[in-house]
Amino acid sequence: MQDLTLLDGPKFQITIQRLCRQLIENHNDFKDAILIGIQPRGIYLARRIAEELRAILDSSIMQGDLDITFYRDDFRRREGPLVPNQTRIDFIVEGKNVILMDDVLWTGRTIRASMDALLAFGRPAKVELLALVDRRYSRHLPVNANYTGIEVDSIASQKVVVSWKETDGEDKVVLISEN
Amino acid sequence: MALSTRHLLGIKDLNRNDIEEIFTTADTFKDVINRPIKKVPSLRDVTIANVFFENSTRTRLSFELAERRLSADTLNFAASSSSVSKGETLIDTVNNILAMKVDMVVMRHPYAGAGVFLSKHVKAQIVNAGDGAHEHPTQALLDAFSIRERLGSVEGKKVAIVGDILHSRVALSNILCLKQLGAEVMVCGPTTLIPKYISSLGVKVEHDLKKALNWCDVANMLRIQLERQDIKYFPSLREYTMLYGLNKEILDNLDKEIVVMHPGPINRGVEITSDVADSKQSIILDQVENGVAVRMAVLYLLAGQN
Repeated sequence: MQDLTLLDGPKFQITIQRLCRQLIENHNDFKDAILIGIQPRGIYLARRIAEELRAILDSSIMQGDLDITFYRDDFRRREGPLVPNQTRIDFIVEGKNVILMDDVLWTGRTIRASMDALLAFGRPAKVELLALVDRRYSRHLPVNANYTGIEVDSIASQKVVVSWKETDGEDKVVLISEN
Repeated sequence: MALSTRHLLGIKDLNRNDIEEIFTTADTFKDVINRPIKKVPSLRDVTIANVFFENSTRTRLSFELAERRLSADTLNFAASSSSVSKGETLIDTVNNILAMKVDMVVMRHPYAGAGVFLSKHVKAQIVNAGDGAHEHPTQALLDAFSIRERLGSVEGKKVAIVGDILHSRVALSNILCLKQLGAEVMVCGPTTLIPKYISSLGVKVEHDLKKALNWCDVANMLRIQLERQDIKYFPSLREYTMLYGLNKEILDNLDKEIVVMHPGPINRGVEITSDVADSKQSIILDQVENGVAVRMAVLYLLAGQN
């Protein structure tokens, strides 16, 4: 099997733009909404969407990074300890509408841990989920995204790799199959 | 990345990468303990016994808080109120605790090497919370972490450890940790309280406090451990204070601003005066706060190896 490019070039940009428009439909001027990217790769999605929203709305958008290392359920089930990343939430979460963002939604365990981690900062009014790629039919937990960039049906041995212009030189989503 | 050791018995078991890993993890835990909810669920399946054969307040509380903030279950054991006073051996005591399905043991013991001995006889992971005059690794880690936090890094910094070096487990662990991180270390105190072997650890020796303070960026003022001094090492506390006590006047007369540390508990007016302990140059309370984050990091990284 060959690697399959799911999103790149203008289609990638259109997907981001579409997600932004969907968010605006529900959150208007984002006065009560916060974008939070899940470490490590969701932060690039959240930053990109925040940047696009700022350009479209010409207003300030609150955006933070959330590390979920200490809330994961596979600690002590791995070879070594999990290495934490940085959390950057410089605003009040209490009573806000939080949109969690990750590049790939797969088993749902990361999202469960994210909600636990988020609640350590306060009680949001509402929590939504935005995923650039939704790997369907592979959930371990009952989690669904409110906003999805692209949906893909894949088997467990396949990998979805999301590249970002800022860090990898190009915007691309590739489905990698092991030979 | 995992630590290169299964137990934390002393700084001598850690390499530089281990120490850096502990610091990076402690940075994150410091962030956690400043959140509205200061607790994470990482160690919810771990039971830790705090076995203290010697009195302690801050170390025991600090470990206990670190364990609870990691969601571990804790057992507290104080030898003074236990069957140890009836003649039970160390291994029997600990094995009885381990029979209650304990995963880790945080132990303080009056005898050097107690942690090493125990680690060879029981399955649980051992964290040394101070063994006699030997090592106190988590204190050294939190001290170095506090220096790194205040001065940006430990490498290249000059640290003077002042006072009772002979009886101090903090001094030995500090020397090993600071040297490992690339700091220059000097010990300062009366000749009777400086062990003869000390220069073999690569540290400078000074008996004049003012010279030591003029040399250093950080002064770590140790407590005079009167309880460990079965013979007199100096004529009187008053004389010790006059020669080795740090007061505001000495501090203000230095041509640079140095950082003042103390592992606690402070004998106010002996090692340092109150105005120095409470001054802006003192990071004594930062040390206490960092102690919880560093101990959380140590427990987290050790528990992750199972």
